[in-house]
Amino acid sequence: MSARAADRDGRPRLRAPPAAVALLFAALVGGALILASGANPLLAYYQILVGSLGWGALPDTLNWATPLVGMTLVAAIPLRGGMINLGGDGQMVIGALVAAAVAVYLPAPGPIAAIVALIAAGIAAGLYAALAAWGETRHGIPMLISSLLMSYPAIGVVSYIVRFPLRDTTTGLPQTSMIPESARLPTIAGPLNVGLLIIVAVAALVVFVDRATIVGYELRLRGVNKRFAGYGGVRLDAQATRVMFASGAIAGLVGAIIVLGSQFRFIDETFLTPSYTWSGLMAALLAGGEPVGAIAAGVFFAALQTGGFAMQRETSIPRVLTLVLQSIVILFLAVRHSVGRRA
Amino acid sequence: MSEIITPFMMQSAVQAMTPILLAALAGSLCQRVGVFNMALEGQMLVGAFAAIVGSYATHSATGGVAAAMAAATVFSLILAFGATVFRGDPVVICIGMNLLASGLTAYLLRVLFGVSGTFSDPAIVGIDKIRLPALRGIPVLGWGFASETIITWAAWALVAIVSVVLFRTALGLRLRGVGEQPDAAETLGVNVNLYRIVTILCGGALVGLAGAQLSLGAVSVFAEDMSAGRGWIAVVAVMLGRANPLYAAGACVLFGLADALSIRLQSQGLPNQLTDISPYVVTLAALVISHRRRTRAARPSAEIAAASPAPAGEAQPEAR
Repeated sequence: MSARAADRDGRPRLRAPPAAVALLFAALVGGALILASGANPLLAYYQILVGSLGWGALPDTLNWATPLVGMTLVAAIPLRGGMINLGGDGQMVIGALVAAAVAVYLPAPGPIAAIVALIAAGIAAGLYAALAAWGETRHGIPMLISSLLMSYPAIGVVSYIVRFPLRDTTTGLPQTSMIPESARLPTIAGPLNVGLLIIVAVAALVVFVDRATIVGYELRLRGVNKRFAGYGGVRLDAQATRVMFASGAIAGLVGAIIVLGSQFRFIDETFLTPSYTWSGLMAALLAGGEPVGAIAAGVFFAALQTGGFAMQRETSIPRVLTLVLQSIVILFLAVRHSVGRRA
Repeated sequence: MSEIITPFMMQSAVQAMTPILLAALAGSLCQRVGVFNMALEGQMLVGAFAAIVGSYATHSATGGVAAAMAAATVFSLILAFGATVFRGDPVVICIGMNLLASGLTAYLLRVLFGVSGTFSDPAIVGIDKIRLPALRGIPVLGWGFASETIITWAAWALVAIVSVVLFRTALGLRLRGVGEQPDAAETLGVNVNLYRIVTILCGGALVGLAGAQLSLGAVSVFAEDMSAGRGWIAVVAVMLGRANPLYAAGACVLFGLADALSIRLQSQGLPNQLTDISPYVVTLAALVISHRRRTRAARPSAEIAAASPAPAGEAQPEAR
């Protein structure tokens, strides 16, 4: 194993701009797929472009990017240290439910309820994610597996809570009561709300911690060489727990922002269909966990997905094509340029 | 006893076990040649979709099964070459493959059949169940196998066949050598990459079979993301079974019983949101217990060290 790892790494190689090549490749494969289904690929791509970066579409793109970049950070933080958090879905749902419950039931003035809801969502989801780290450090379950497996029970239990104890019985749908208007996140303009600013602030904080603090340095050190970091005095188990807490807390925050900023209640089964978690993970993998690159990739995927709506509207090509394009990009890079190779 | 375990429960348990068992077999094989296959979920989904397409097009279950195996094998080429010849990180490749499977099947579902969500059609022929009324008389085990598809029988036969091949033949010795000491195997003239590629592709065919059982075995229907975590449970079964097909099958039996239990609890009036999570809870508990027993035995397991995402630099420190 170690011999294989050694000859894998450390080979200096000339790099053409890999992301550009990967995009071109994905566009070609996707184009073939569109052609095969009897449509015009150029028209489809044009619609994606106009539907995401056109002047009228920009707010929608930003609105879509808010949760997606949030989930990108969720994946990027552990990845920076060579860890993978696959439990973003469960953590996000926990945060969303906690935020909805606090905002609906906390007897406090609206804005305070909103702030408490955001904080509580982050803490609840962070603790749940830290549990996955504990599964690895204490019980020897690889975090990759523990975080993913813990996602399913979280989704199940949250779904139960929304359908039974916290259900809004005045409607026939599995959802909580509406959050009072005063506890919602204020809108900035159009579809945009304060959630965007929160995510921008979190992103800036992550970049700062990564670049300018000891915590960030130790995490990067772990990503390059875990054993060396351990010898250098980094307490690895505690670090894994802290990192997963931070990652999960952001996932919870994303869930809270969706609930407080755009849905105004927790509606079961609406959270997981846009698959922010997996898109975010792919964006983070694209950049190998480096936060600035990951954020850029997250915004790019958000634009792709927003453009997908326009494409589906105008050309009748299913927008799920954008998911295919994303996965081709990541596969191409993984195979050709060893993206996400974590020491 | 007979009050808790019913014939119907055993039948559904054995049925639910089959796809996981086949995927776990494939995962064990890949593990044995040193490739951590996390793409079982996606491979299964591709198989399930291709089975429906094949059965729809040929009006025969055989056509569906053949299509499933072929499609999943072709899909596995990504991992087979990506992780060997191109030396990509298997973890990243597998994550990409799972998403590609999810996106591609959803896309093709819309383009080929013009529907989203689920697809069923009278033209789709399901796999016949082999009815063995004689087995009905044997409690528990007999109940389970009285009415199952040929894929279920094949899956259990394959557990035995793969075990024999892995541990009793020269081919198996070479396969294990490729996984445990690739350099030594290479020195002895074994083409490591070739063995890995062929093994991953054979594994792909097995998972394709699992997908066919999923979409054609019980009710002939395809639903988006219908593999619903089964591939991941198979990954865990591989880890629990330390890539030994027999032990992995044991883990699958555990999950099957947990699944059956959840159906049972549901009939007692518990909401299905709560009962559905029992396989995952059982899985986590089994992982914790097996780790505890292993550390108590103080015997470091190479397989588990390899099964943990070693490329992620997260090999367990206590393994030494």
